[in-house]
Amino acid sequence: MKPTDIRDPEYFHKVVDCQYACPAHTPVPEYIRLIAAGQYTEAYMLNWESNVFPGILGRTCDRPCEPACRRGRVEEKPVAICRLKRVAADYKGEVRSLLPQGPFPPNGKKIALIGGGPASLTVARDLAPLGYEIHLYDNQRKGGGMMLSQIPAFRLPESVLDEEVNYILDMGIHTHFNCYVSSMREVLAQDYDAIFVGTGAPRGSDLSKLPGRQEGAASIHIGIEWLANVAFEHIHSIGKRVIVLGGGNTAMDCCRTARRLGGEQVTVVVRSPFKDMKASPWEIEDALREGVTILNCMPPKAFIVENGRLKGVLFEHVEAVYDENGKRTLVPTGQPDTFIEADDVLIAIGQENAFPWIERDLGIEFGKWDMPVLDPVTFQSTHPKVFFGGDAALGPKNIITAVAHGHQAAISIHLFCTGQDLHRDRPAPTVNIFQQKMGVHEWLYDSYIVNDRRYAVPHAPEEVTLRNRRMEVELGFDPELAYKEAERCLNCDVQTVFTTSLCIECDACVDICPTSCITFTHNGDEDDLRTRLNAPANNRSQDLYVSDTLPTGRVMVKDENVCLHCGLCAERCPTSAWDMQKYLYQVTKACKIWDIARASVAEPV
Amino acid sequence: MTYLRPTFRHPESPRNALGYTRQYYEGALSTLCAGCGHDSVSGAIIQACFELAIEPHRVAKLSGIGCSSKTPTYFLGNSHGFNSVHGRMPSVATGANLANRNLIYLGISGDGDTASIGMGQFVHALRRNLNITYIVMNNGCYGLTKGQDSATADEGSKNKTGHVNPFHGIDLCGLAIELGATFVARSFSGDKEQLIPLIKAALSHQGFALIDVLSPCVTFNNNPGSTKSYDYVREHMETTAAVDYIPEKAEITAHYAEGEACVVTLHDGSHVVLRKPDPTWQPTDRIAAMKRLHEAHQSGEILTGIIYLEPAGRDLHAMLNTTHRPLNTLREEDLCPGKEALNAINAENR
Repeated sequence: MKPTDIRDPEYFHKVVDCQYACPAHTPVPEYIRLIAAGQYTEAYMLNWESNVFPGILGRTCDRPCEPACRRGRVEEKPVAICRLKRVAADYKGEVRSLLPQGPFPPNGKKIALIGGGPASLTVARDLAPLGYEIHLYDNQRKGGGMMLSQIPAFRLPESVLDEEVNYILDMGIHTHFNCYVSSMREVLAQDYDAIFVGTGAPRGSDLSKLPGRQEGAASIHIGIEWLANVAFEHIHSIGKRVIVLGGGNTAMDCCRTARRLGGEQVTVVVRSPFKDMKASPWEIEDALREGVTILNCMPPKAFIVENGRLKGVLFEHVEAVYDENGKRTLVPTGQPDTFIEADDVLIAIGQENAFPWIERDLGIEFGKWDMPVLDPVTFQSTHPKVFFGGDAALGPKNIITAVAHGHQAAISIHLFCTGQDLHRDRPAPTVNIFQQKMGVHEWLYDSYIVNDRRYAVPHAPEEVTLRNRRMEVELGFDPELAYKEAERCLNCDVQTVFTTSLCIECDACVDICPTSCITFTHNGDEDDLRTRLNAPANNRSQDLYVSDTLPTGRVMVKDENVCLHCGLCAERCPTSAWDMQKYLYQVTKACKIWDIARASVAEPV
Repeated sequence: MTYLRPTFRHPESPRNALGYTRQYYEGALSTLCAGCGHDSVSGAIIQACFELAIEPHRVAKLSGIGCSSKTPTYFLGNSHGFNSVHGRMPSVATGANLANRNLIYLGISGDGDTASIGMGQFVHALRRNLNITYIVMNNGCYGLTKGQDSATADEGSKNKTGHVNPFHGIDLCGLAIELGATFVARSFSGDKEQLIPLIKAALSHQGFALIDVLSPCVTFNNNPGSTKSYDYVREHMETTAAVDYIPEKAEITAHYAEGEACVVTLHDGSHVVLRKPDPTWQPTDRIAAMKRLHEAHQSGEILTGIIYLEPAGRDLHAMLNTTHRPLNTLREEDLCPGKEALNAINAENR
């Protein structure tokens, strides 16, 4: 193998599994260290710079970082990254004075944002300090988009949502609420220099062809519409027996909301097996804890309606059969169908994009599944002035993805409005490297590896939360628990940096490494090297760090997979050929919001 | 500050025949200097015992005083240990071995502990062919007292202060062959590929097995001009033959061309395969071994690998015709067999 080029910013970035997995590349270990140090305000600002909604995401994020967390490969469970983020939001001090302070001198450009959800709000935040006049349109009564209409208040209190939405709107954004944009032609006809579409995936999938759907319509509801109606207080109750169709997070929100609105016997019925359910494991766990029943491998066959009244739903039984490529087919088992009685049914089987308001003769091309044709890097549509982001761009994903799109779209809009090239002139990520050595056994970071298992977030008692749909279920970590959980972080951003010319090949690092990551051996191609390392190296998604050729003709090969970043290799290295260096990687935004290096104690290398 | 090693290990750590991972053979975190060769020797001992699937409670680690003699703390944390007086480990080991021949004895010593203060003890353990694996972590200096030349420092070797050693160095391997050891090898801490099979073979050998391991003192004797630095040893290493250790139960599956390999079967039925040896060399030829050592010395080479191996030698127990049972298992009736047995013995002598 060729020597690893550690000057490529992406090499060490990939080692920080959580940050790499995060669509917005939030510097997770850095903010976890700040939380451990009690610097909640700084931890919040670091998050705010990167993901705009730390308080919201700390409660609702899909957490792509947690399955990626290295800790989960070393022991049972990853660090509770998401809930630590909430700690920063819960315990932060005054932050308003740390946000970009308007009014911002106008730059003469005008932007329209269609939709008031996370993608549009991110664009607004990134562009407002640059002096853009920003007009935000939304059909709801206030900002937040699906975070407001679809996420129940027992998971995300409205006060938390409003606070973070208002941080942005208060930057001088011109809001047009209760305003449904019905024609893109009209928007284009106005004097906007660029238009950003962040309208989400607003249409809930239906089962219109299922027998009884029309007849039972009064008691059959589309999940996301029903959730919005609950949020906007149009609906206050539901029947005692409720069936929720679907196995995703919306289904979990539906069944838990139903439990709070009078549903006593709430059953989630899913087509697929339990293990294939799309809902996050923790959402499923919470639903089960609240007395919801989940039935699997049962697709609905018909709504049974008698005398104009819904009686229940008939389900057939299937089993999942996987072919050699892992492709799944649901095959009927032949078991007799099951009838489940219900007063109300909530359909939560997916969401679709819908752009009925965009005329098709404007030069905005639509492709597969009637989705806009976009440049995947710039999010520019085939109409140069029009940009898309969030669920509206690539279909339903999650908040953090919408934020990541927003950052990139904001850069594109800024480049577009200043006459620069959207690809060539895109800013590279910012990287800072800080040496951590203080003494023979002393590092600037807390290198000791604790054995603690993941701490559970305390919950409010069910008898209280089930009676009040606005009462937040999770209480969040207190500072003491937060510290303990934060200490579980392996500091994967403190990199093991190897300098070939300093190595005397004494093997000290090989002998000390707790997880046998390091091997000195003769070079070969990757397949060959992976068979000759001191420990099994079967996780091919993790790189091998290969040095230049050493005096003995061998190379140092480090399998990044289960490195604990404990620093022992560097402590035992007599020549400092190994060094621990903190590597801060930051996605460059349209404008500088918060300097990541600000909270650090050392000077950049 | 890290004086504790994390307890997490590689989740796919291999297990040996006993079901243990390598972790079960580890000891405390070393407090030797970073980069000390001794830590590599400890690592090799851990690996060898893991691979041999030795039950840790069957091992007795014995040592004297010095940097080297601290190392038993850093490996085999589940074994018996005895840290004796400076240079007196051979007598303690002899006593222990006579009391319980069922344990595996692993003596750890240094060049000071063996070739200076302990020389008088060392030579007698050799001539008695005590059944022990005796590892000398040899760095040519007194590291614990800031690097003065030791008795194994080569003539002309320069230490960190620039002082050139005027005395002839003691060659422990030559001494061992001369005095009756039956397994004599030399290796280098920085070459685990050679060291691990050597330790496995030595642990399986019945009789005195000496491994003189050149183990650089990274703090006081790793300077240019030293003949025991990492660089110097690497540049001057010469090997009698590459060593493979094949345990008793495993078959020798590899095929070797005529003269390509020399197979020596040890007392316990395991095999030592010496690959690509000099065709004129026989590991069991004591005189040839001495000659080879002297030749290597003359040409400035450091001869490593197995230098002399006599698997059929009689160890101390065989020479003394001692009981096969550990002394602590002998009951009163075994030791005082009674009047009839006495009469029988007396009758034999009448």
